[in-house]
Amino acid sequence: MDRKIRVLIGKPGLDGHDRGAKYIARALRDAGMEVIYTGIRQTPEAIANAAIQEDVDFVGISLLSGAHNHLFPEVARILSEKGASDIILFGGGVIPEEDIPNLKKAGYAAIFTPGAPASEVVEFINLQMENRQ
Amino acid sequence: MSSTADIIRGVSEGSIRAVARALSMVENGTSNSSDILDELFGLRRGITLGITGPPGAGKSTLVNRMISHYRDEDRSVGVIAVDPSSPFTGGALLGDRIRMQSHASDPGVFIRSMGSRGHLGGLSGATRDASFVLSAAGYNPVIIETVGVGQAEVEVADLADITLLVLVPGLGDDVQSMKAGIMEIGDIIVLNKADNSGIDQLESYVKASLELMPSGLKRPEVIRVSATAGEGLDDLWAAVDRFAASHTEKERISRSAIKTLNEILKENGLLFSEKLLEMEYNGREEAEELILTGTMSPYAIGKNLLKAAEGMFEHNGSK
Repeated sequence: MDRKIRVLIGKPGLDGHDRGAKYIARALRDAGMEVIYTGIRQTPEAIANAAIQEDVDFVGISLLSGAHNHLFPEVARILSEKGASDIILFGGGVIPEEDIPNLKKAGYAAIFTPGAPASEVVEFINLQMENRQ
Repeated sequence: MSSTADIIRGVSEGSIRAVARALSMVENGTSNSSDILDELFGLRRGITLGITGPPGAGKSTLVNRMISHYRDEDRSVGVIAVDPSSPFTGGALLGDRIRMQSHASDPGVFIRSMGSRGHLGGLSGATRDASFVLSAAGYNPVIIETVGVGQAEVEVADLADITLLVLVPGLGDDVQSMKAGIMEIGDIIVLNKADNSGIDQLESYVKASLELMPSGLKRPEVIRVSATAGEGLDDLWAAVDRFAASHTEKERISRSAIKTLNEILKENGLLFSEKLLEMEYNGREEAEELILTGTMSPYAIGKNLLKAAEGMFEHNGSK
């Protein structure tokens, strides 16, 4: 049996717009990955719990409400508190350029802003997997 | 943390990270997975519930209700939710968690999504092994939700102690439900979406086709519920308890052990056959070539492999 890349796509916060999250989830599926989608309005704790139970390689967080400066680092903090800091984090959504450095400092390997093609996310994941081996 | 002994200890102590890792190992068939399963096998306890039925029957919603019910009884609940993998890319979109969101922060609930990874029958190849890992970690019940089944995917009945077949009005006529196989796998038949019109008709179809079952088989109970509205669920839980009480835990555990042996024999048979192919024909590709060029039939190859195996055993026996 072969090993599949497993990715969890989570949507924290109060905005219910998950077109972007679903678009990325489908693109990753079509690239041969197993994608777990949690649905909208998840707490950072619920996302972290799910990521650990599902033993994923990546967690992608999508957020359009503007609360990324709080919620993104919160997911990273809970994961590392639970001993799962080896899971690679990435984020996407309406995120101003000036916020990106701080999110990277908080543990996000990449932030994708509106207009980024899905192929960019696929490439990012494949590259990270190669580096890991 | 990644050593086999650490994983086994972690699972038996109920460590969530260890359980998650062990599930990945059995799912990926890593080299230590049979050691892990060998150790954990004896720790299995409790009951395994299989939930199956056509796509859109409300399986995930029912599982969500079921989790709440067993959590109210203060039991830890394990869930394995299987969704189809694409036969073309191998990818899968696993979305069963969406309907179980209300339990996402509950440490007493462990939900694992699995892609079917090319396995037919409504499960993935590793579902049985995964259910043992959760059971050994103390989750009771372990609930297995299959992919939406058609008419031949009856495998879950072979794995679960109790199988719930979920049906809804409007998904097929009486002829569909009378097809052999699918009706027989339900220990309990759940008629969901009982608030929809057509429920009376569905119930009479189901009952009529159960009348036609061979007389030796136990007839399943038929229970109407509305998983969304939360109606009829107490009747369902009582039916599950009644069914569970009809077998002792010891009977359940030994039944599942024998079925596991059957699975292992099948897997080993495949491995031995491939080794024999290697010995006799330099592997599968050359054997396929012989078939495609019309040199040999698949049956002739099969006969030769059996003969070669018998030769080996006789040789060993005469020593």
